[in-house]
Amino acid sequence: MPGLSHYLALSAILFSIGLFGALSKRNAVVVLMCVELMLNAVNIALVAFPRYLRPGLYTGQIFAIFVVTVAAAEVAVALAIIIAIYRRRETIDVEQIDLMKR
Amino acid sequence: MTPGLAWLIFFLPLISFGIIALILRPFFNDRPRLSGYLTIASIASSLGISLWLLSTVASEPGRRLVTEPVEWMSIGNLTVTMGLNLDALTAIMAVVVTSVSLLVQFYSQAYMKDDPGYHRYFAFMSLFTASMLGLILADNLLMLYAFWELVGLCSYLLIGFWFHRPTAAAAAKKAFIVTRLGDFGFLMAILLLYSQRHTFQISELLTNETAVALAGASFLGMNLLIWAALGIFSGAVGKSAQFPLHTWLPDAMEGPTPVSALIHAATMVAAGVYLVARMFPLFHHPEAEAALTAVAVVGAFTALFAATMGVVANDIKRVMAYSTISQLGYMMLGLGTGSLAAGIFHLFNHAFFKALLFLSAGSVNHATGPFVMRYMGGLRRLMPWTFSVMLVAGLSLAGIWPFSGFWSKDEVLAHALKERPILFVLAMVTVFLTAFYIMRAMFMTFGGTYRGGAEAAGEHGAHKATHPHESPWVMLGPMLILAGLAIMSGWFNLEGRFSAFLGEEAETHGFFGSLGQPLALGSLAVAAGGILLAYAMYSARWIKPEAVGRALAPLYTLTSRKYYFDELYEKIFVVRFLLNGVFAVLQFFDSYVVDGIVNVVGWLSLTLGRGLRRLQMGQVQGYGLAIFLGVLAIMGAFYMWGR
Repeated sequence: MPGLSHYLALSAILFSIGLFGALSKRNAVVVLMCVELMLNAVNIALVAFPRYLRPGLYTGQIFAIFVVTVAAAEVAVALAIIIAIYRRRETIDVEQIDLMKR
Repeated sequence: MTPGLAWLIFFLPLISFGIIALILRPFFNDRPRLSGYLTIASIASSLGISLWLLSTVASEPGRRLVTEPVEWMSIGNLTVTMGLNLDALTAIMAVVVTSVSLLVQFYSQAYMKDDPGYHRYFAFMSLFTASMLGLILADNLLMLYAFWELVGLCSYLLIGFWFHRPTAAAAAKKAFIVTRLGDFGFLMAILLLYSQRHTFQISELLTNETAVALAGASFLGMNLLIWAALGIFSGAVGKSAQFPLHTWLPDAMEGPTPVSALIHAATMVAAGVYLVARMFPLFHHPEAEAALTAVAVVGAFTALFAATMGVVANDIKRVMAYSTISQLGYMMLGLGTGSLAAGIFHLFNHAFFKALLFLSAGSVNHATGPFVMRYMGGLRRLMPWTFSVMLVAGLSLAGIWPFSGFWSKDEVLAHALKERPILFVLAMVTVFLTAFYIMRAMFMTFGGTYRGGAEAAGEHGAHKATHPHESPWVMLGPMLILAGLAIMSGWFNLEGRFSAFLGEEAETHGFFGSLGQPLALGSLAVAAGGILLAYAMYSARWIKPEAVGRALAPLYTLTSRKYYFDELYEKIFVVRFLLNGVFAVLQFFDSYVVDGIVNVVGWLSLTLGRGLRRLQMGQVQGYGLAIFLGVLAIMGAFYMWGR
């Protein structure tokens, strides 16, 4: 029977993978996928906490649904931006997208 | 009529200034004459009220009218009021100021005709007259000081009236700054009096208790009464152009000539003498003997000193300017001998004949163009009226019986002989020089043949100068009235009435009786000697002035260069001491210490910024890493020190 700590460990592992990918991958789409991974890792934790600590209270689950919704919207906007950048610069390498410096 | 009516004396010209500045100048710019009429009307009404004031004060047993002061400001437990000081001195001064001012304004209409600044001229003239009247009427020192500075401001504006000329702008600035040096002492004296007596009210400050209280304390070896009197006197030295602050007055000639007439006769320079007279009880106190001596010595010295410069001046207005300084010295000497009436009586007479001298000089200039006497000459036949009135004024200045100058000068001399015999000698030498320089100016201007006016002077656009003509009646009218006054104003004191009005007794001998007095005969003989010498040198040419100039070359250079006082002040004091000394040190402090601190702060921000800029790599992932590490650090800190 898995307990709360197993879920949190899974969440932490997924978050770390996502973080590592988001910080190290050069392809903007992959970076975006990694961000999604981190969000879902957080979702697991959000669902696990109330399930074990406050049974009958659904705050965490509701919150997770919000996160999913926001994530969907965010992906839509982010992909649109990536496409726009690709059209102008013919690349989606994040190391090349350093407009803020110039 | 209530004494409060006297407020109008000062308010009417002020209102005239307001109307000209706010209504006539913006909306009736094409009808300049209106401002002249308004100014004349307001000052004429002021003169009427002043005459009423004079007669009312004279019929009052205490020689003083009482009015209710109004509250001016209230700060904490200090309440400053504004009120009128309506006594004999005020009444006399008010009549002198308004009458001279009125005649000058009337004359100005012709003199300033077609000047583009006509409105501005009369606005300033109104304000100038109003300020001077306010100064005279003020019953407390703070109010007096405010008007004192207003008078200074107006003279600045009027001396620099033709501000497009660099010399006029410089002269205006000089007048303002030099008089300001004296004003500093005056302000210190006001503060000293206030700190001791907690009042600005002149009537309370002139009591014996004040003098005793001030005399009781001492500072730097002199009692405070002397310090207060000297401070007031330093203000008077600046305003009345006494040595060593005399340098501004000759340069003040850059203004229009009627302005000079007003400044020299009734307003600006008279303020200094008036101030000493107003605060006279502080000077004329046994404990303040040193201050009174200072007044007398400075006055006598200035009288002689300025007269020597007048002897060699070639510009007719400069001759007048030095004579003003010299005559103001006489007034100070009169006050310094302990006689208020002698000083004020001379001021009274001087106002008329000096205004007339300036208006005549303006009339001559109006006809010929330049002011330099070398280019005039022979105007006696061309301008008979101007010649005759100027002769009256000149003889009055020289102190010839029975013209007004004779009576007041004699009074000053009589007091000097009695009180301060050494200064009397200086004053007698001055009598000789005065008669000499004014007659020299007369002979050079009116005698001989015409020497070409502005054309000879090489001035452009002075076509009228080829044929000099008599001035219009608008100018001659006031001059004739002033000539009448210059003859007769001295007769007010024939029976000692003038002195008695100011609460003093005068030694009088009547109209012809004075001629029997040894002193009067002596001074007349000395003055006649001066006139004779001027005749010998500049009319008959028995003695060649050039030869005298060569024989006394060092003396001539010294006096014609004004004793190098301008150089002393400008080159040595301003350039050496201030610019290269004090200001250089301040400049060093400013550029190395103040600027240094600012530069270090700037340099620090730049360097720090340059370092921090490396952190901004523009890589989104780099920022993400930084955020992650930051969150970790916060969490770690929370873990260790939190809860």
